[in-house]
Amino acid sequence: MELMDTQITGRVWTVGDAVSTDAMYPAFAMQLPLPEAARHVFYQLRPGWTEQVRPGDIVVAGRNFGLGSSRPVAELFRLLGVAALVAEEFNSLFLRNAINHGLPALTAPGARAAFTDGDTARLDLAEGWIENTGTGTRLSAGALPPMVLGILAAGGILPKLAHEGYLRLPART
Amino acid sequence: MGMTVIERILARRAGLAEVTVGQTVVCEVDMTVLIDLQFATMWTPPLRISDPDRVAIVMDHAVPAPTVGDAAGGVKAREFAREFGVSRFYDVGRHGICHQVIAENGLARPGELLACTDSHTCAAGAYNTAARGLGPAEVYAILCTGTTWFQIAPTIRYEFTGTRPDTVSGKDIFLHLAGTYGDATNHNLEYGGPGLASVPMHDRRTIATQGAEVSADFSTFPADEVCRSFIARQTPGAADWTAADPDPDAAYADVRTVDLSALEPQVARPGSVSRNSLPVSAIERRRVDQCFIGSCANGQLEDLAIAAAVVSGRRVADGVRLLVTPASQAVYREAMRAGYLQTLADAGAVITNSTCGACFGYHMGLLGPGEVCLTSSTRNFTGRMGSPEAEIYMASPATVAASALTGRITDPRSEWN
Repeated sequence: MELMDTQITGRVWTVGDAVSTDAMYPAFAMQLPLPEAARHVFYQLRPGWTEQVRPGDIVVAGRNFGLGSSRPVAELFRLLGVAALVAEEFNSLFLRNAINHGLPALTAPGARAAFTDGDTARLDLAEGWIENTGTGTRLSAGALPPMVLGILAAGGILPKLAHEGYLRLPART
Repeated sequence: MGMTVIERILARRAGLAEVTVGQTVVCEVDMTVLIDLQFATMWTPPLRISDPDRVAIVMDHAVPAPTVGDAAGGVKAREFAREFGVSRFYDVGRHGICHQVIAENGLARPGELLACTDSHTCAAGAYNTAARGLGPAEVYAILCTGTTWFQIAPTIRYEFTGTRPDTVSGKDIFLHLAGTYGDATNHNLEYGGPGLASVPMHDRRTIATQGAEVSADFSTFPADEVCRSFIARQTPGAADWTAADPDPDAAYADVRTVDLSALEPQVARPGSVSRNSLPVSAIERRRVDQCFIGSCANGQLEDLAIAAAVVSGRRVADGVRLLVTPASQAVYREAMRAGYLQTLADAGAVITNSTCGACFGYHMGLLGPGEVCLTSSTRNFTGRMGSPEAEIYMASPATVAASALTGRITDPRSEWN
């Protein structure tokens, strides 16, 4: 298993509480190829957002982030280049999806109030903290257990399975 | 320290004497259920899998295939089932919404662990099964390895007392709980108490299913006499499973006592079910454009029976569409034999193929801008069933059927035949 840099720094986008999977990966987008589907994340909540988000950005959400379906929203965030998800509280299915798709996700109570759009966040997945580099506010966050960091280090559960000989993975788009 | 139902099952499958909240465990999974969507996106055939006898495939979300992409997924599902010898393959014709198919075919057994690609997999908690929805990548991993990991979450217990009135369904009980107590994010839900005996299995399944809407991890019910006789009827044969009961000294994050006899039909307002429902007597008598009875939560035979009883001999109001989706092909056939479908269609309902279609706004029964829907399905989230400018209210099949007759959200007790 390759070692992973557990620190991530990126520009912040904020969303509110209870943003559901229907708001991130609507049914009509499920009929599209993944790169096209990714253009509809937050289609109603923040129209035009997928044109503004840049690789390396971080999404900071409120409570109960990702309530809803098992549809792999995390894959869309990855295609948009989002480097990490941070929330006051995650729906556990959504959190697992993120990890399994190789997208770091950190639970940080107080995060929503500590950031506004355009701020820069620095976080550490293994040590469990997130910092607003502009204001200096630093919050403790739930550090990810080693098993979860192992999945992230492999780039997600499918690359991990491929490494273990369960499948041959096509080149990632 | 004693264990809750979910702690007992996860400890058992992790090969541990006990587990405690916060602990991360690796569990052997008894049954892994793949759905059609799994094959339509991101499917790569595995080189080897753990055990084809612990796998089932259910075609449900997009059947018969509405798009070429979904049809291509079907091709891959059939190839996979053939190549790996998966005999539990519920293809179009013996299909249904996976949670109904799981129940009909005894795939969820008391005291065991079940994983499936759909978020409403917690439905099988009605049968004392530790069941939860997992993403397609994780379900694929379980298919390969036979195991996955869980972090033991705290459990909230609902202790039912009193006797459920006949006019109050599982949907009404759930909407009352969701409306009163709100979300249970990162918690398990456990149901029990002396009042539970008055809650039949189909209502328990509605309640267990909708744990997803309050963001819970697992929902579980005990394997009491009502549950055991259901399983014996549904899947006759050796009951070679071991049920999981909670210990008397199990630790709960909260114990909430609910008197079922005091409840009345409930309606959730659009947007969320959490802290967003009211008794039907207190809700606005909003006009409705579409009424929907179906889904894993409320497309069961008993749901169609009650809807048929409400509309029998009457007509759906002008300007209202009533859609009815049986939860499985088996339910469809049984409801046809029993005359429920005839009664519903005579009243003006459209009976659809068994699928998840309308519930998740994928391939039929979508809503247009400005429309109002009253649904008995699983989610009233913005944009769930089509236009984000539509409003989705949620209620029991009886309330939906009664409202289809009047064209306004209506107390079913006033329209009961």
